[in-house]
Amino acid sequence: MTAALQMQGVRKNFGPTEIIRGIDLEIRAGERHAIIGPNGAGKSTLFHLISGKYSKTAGRILLNGTEVTELQPYQINRMGLSRSFQITNIFPRLSVFENVRCGLLWSMDYRNSFWRLVDTERALNERAAQILDQIGLLDRCDLPAGVLAYAEQRALEIGITIAGGADVIMLDEPTAGMSHSETEGVVDLIRRVTEGRTLVMVEHDMGVVFNLADRISVLVYGEIIATGSPEEVRASKAVQEAYLGTVQESGEEVL
Amino acid sequence: MSASETTTARVVAPDTEPAWKRVADDQMRRGAFTRTLPMWVGAFALLMVMPLLFPSAVGVTIMNQMGISIVFALSYNMLLGQGGMLSFGHAVYFGLGGFLSVHVMNYVEYDGWWLPLPLLPFLGGLFGLAFAIPIAGFSTRRAGTVFAMISLGVGELVAACSIIFVAFFGGEEGVSGDRTMGPPVFGSEFLSEVEVYYLTAVIVLISALFMYLFSRTPAGRMANAVRDNEERAEFVGYSQRYVRFVSFCAAGFFAGVAGGLFAINYEILTEENLNLVTSGWVLLMAFIGGVGFFIGPIVGAILLTLLQTVLSNHTELWQLYVGILFVLTVMYAPRGLTGLVMMHGPALRAGRLGMLAVPYAIAVVPLLALLAGTALLLEMGHTANQSVVGESEAHVFGLTLDVTTALPWVVAAVLAVGGGYGLYRIAQYLRDAFAQATGPAGGHQ
Ligand SMILES: Nc1ncnc2c1ncn2[C@@H]1O[C@H](COP(=O)(O)OP(=O)(O)OP(=O)(O)O)[C@@H](O)[C@H]1O
Ligand SMILES: [Mg+2]
Repeated sequence: MTAALQMQGVRKNFGPTEIIRGIDLEIRAGERHAIIGPNGAGKSTLFHLISGKYSKTAGRILLNGTEVTELQPYQINRMGLSRSFQITNIFPRLSVFENVRCGLLWSMDYRNSFWRLVDTERALNERAAQILDQIGLLDRCDLPAGVLAYAEQRALEIGITIAGGADVIMLDEPTAGMSHSETEGVVDLIRRVTEGRTLVMVEHDMGVVFNLADRISVLVYGEIIATGSPEEVRASKAVQEAYLGTVQESGEEVL
Repeated sequence: MSASETTTARVVAPDTEPAWKRVADDQMRRGAFTRTLPMWVGAFALLMVMPLLFPSAVGVTIMNQMGISIVFALSYNMLLGQGGMLSFGHAVYFGLGGFLSVHVMNYVEYDGWWLPLPLLPFLGGLFGLAFAIPIAGFSTRRAGTVFAMISLGVGELVAACSIIFVAFFGGEEGVSGDRTMGPPVFGSEFLSEVEVYYLTAVIVLISALFMYLFSRTPAGRMANAVRDNEERAEFVGYSQRYVRFVSFCAAGFFAGVAGGLFAINYEILTEENLNLVTSGWVLLMAFIGGVGFFIGPIVGAILLTLLQTVLSNHTELWQLYVGILFVLTVMYAPRGLTGLVMMHGPALRAGRLGMLAVPYAIAVVPLLALLAGTALLLEMGHTANQSVVGESEAHVFGLTLDVTTALPWVVAAVLAVGGGYGLYRIAQYLRDAFAQATGPAGGHQ
């Protein structure tokens, strides 16, 4: 079985600064994989590289065995990879309902058709409403997305990402800035909607990470210093030295 | 996130339908075309009786001009309002559609082409589309400044070409034709203005209908999404460039239709019809009307056509007033005149619109004083400025004022300054009254 994602010698420089310094990583199909690491380690940058937002300085990236290194974000998305953003990235003037519906259109094969009306497509609208129900925003569906509360916008961000039913889902800090109970809800949601799919997530909350992840990779200064099961990573000397020790302290508060 | 505990199979009392199904039904019902049908029928009826209400030749001519402007401004809004593309060169497609239409009229007249006149605007549309396709091809990669600059460049380029390619554009005189040479339609040869009116009205309605429907298609919805957040659109599978491309082409088509209507009405096209002035004019119409609403450009087209035709009969300064109106709109009512009306929706739904009657009645007094005073000052200044010997009388509001005497100046200045100060003083009171009428916190709770 081919890996869902393969990174081979991926590098990214911004000017003279090396941000991603040679990453070789395989994400197995169907696993939930967390990427952790200190602030500024390059986690979001790695997400941008995989999803096509940034060009790569060197290396190759394969999605389900197909090379996507040079492709545009929309092409990669059409091949079955969908991602969310650390900084909420929604359609602020469109209604909440429409935000989710826009996340569905391409995957449901509507493309740029100008001979079909969105309001007559039952399957489309029901699917959008189901997703809103899943993310708990059904009663918010008519509001412009821009006026939602922060936690609601984060939920919508996830809703747009999962709407298309991509088989590789990438979430960049889905619980950032959420309260304890909100975080629990989101973890539940993520677990449910990624059932049978591949999940890659960046997360600072160690409670969430150890709760959700099948495997964990630790990214420090643009390099993966360890990859393995939660137990292996927890036990790794290199990780404890470089990173985990400090985080476990703050992580315990969350746990 | 407590609501997320519920699963998709949630059963809601008293009926057995899950909540999401009701929401989906509700969205479909509210978006359904049948809901807007009464408005379309009403618009059709109104269009049909208008010539009976305004039967004068001038009235019909103005209404024809409005119809042309409505199609043109609506097509422009497919770019600006729907797609987030600020174009300074949209008259290109209007003009090209118009020029082609006049040429086709001449082919009908001299080369025996068979073409019923009502089809002519659609040929103009196809011609606009033919040019929109390659131009959209290289200009829609990005929105924002880059797009605006390219549109300006293309507009200037085509306007320059119109002087160079005399065979097609007819040089300075332009190209003229005769609309009456085609086969009669329902017994009409379109000799009279009223016949042209009905032809125009039907095509305006059809065009508006299709532009509205476009906004409800996947391509139209994604145009909004790309306008809002082009980056996010790419991560849900859409190429921002291609989404813009589709909107741009559709806008080019309908601008061409409007150009065809212009050709039918005036039977002459000149460089003026595709130059940057016309491109700016359509921007004004759409923006003053309100680019965030489908009917915004219609409102703007009607109002500006009125100013252009009626106000221009009364004052040489009419373009100055339009300019002031535009600047005020940008500064104080960025959602346009339609936005000003629509912002009263919450108060209306809360049944508190009446609370605004008194504040507004109070506000009208200084507002009128300000407007009248300013207009007086401008008109008198204009007269004083260009007065030849013995020409010292300004004619404003049916008054004749001698600009060499002090009194009219003093009165005008008092009105303007007093009105402005009055508005300034009651501004807070108005804001409070509005907030109160609109509801607690004015929010969405
Ligand atoms: N477009 C850019 N140009 C230059 N430097 C950048 C750019 N984007 C990110 N960086 C730098 O790259 C480094 C990694 O940033 P990145 O956002 O990937 O970190 P991160 O691991 O996601 O951190 P956090 O946990 O705070 O989200 C940072 O030092 C940042 O300043
Ligand atoms: Mg980050």
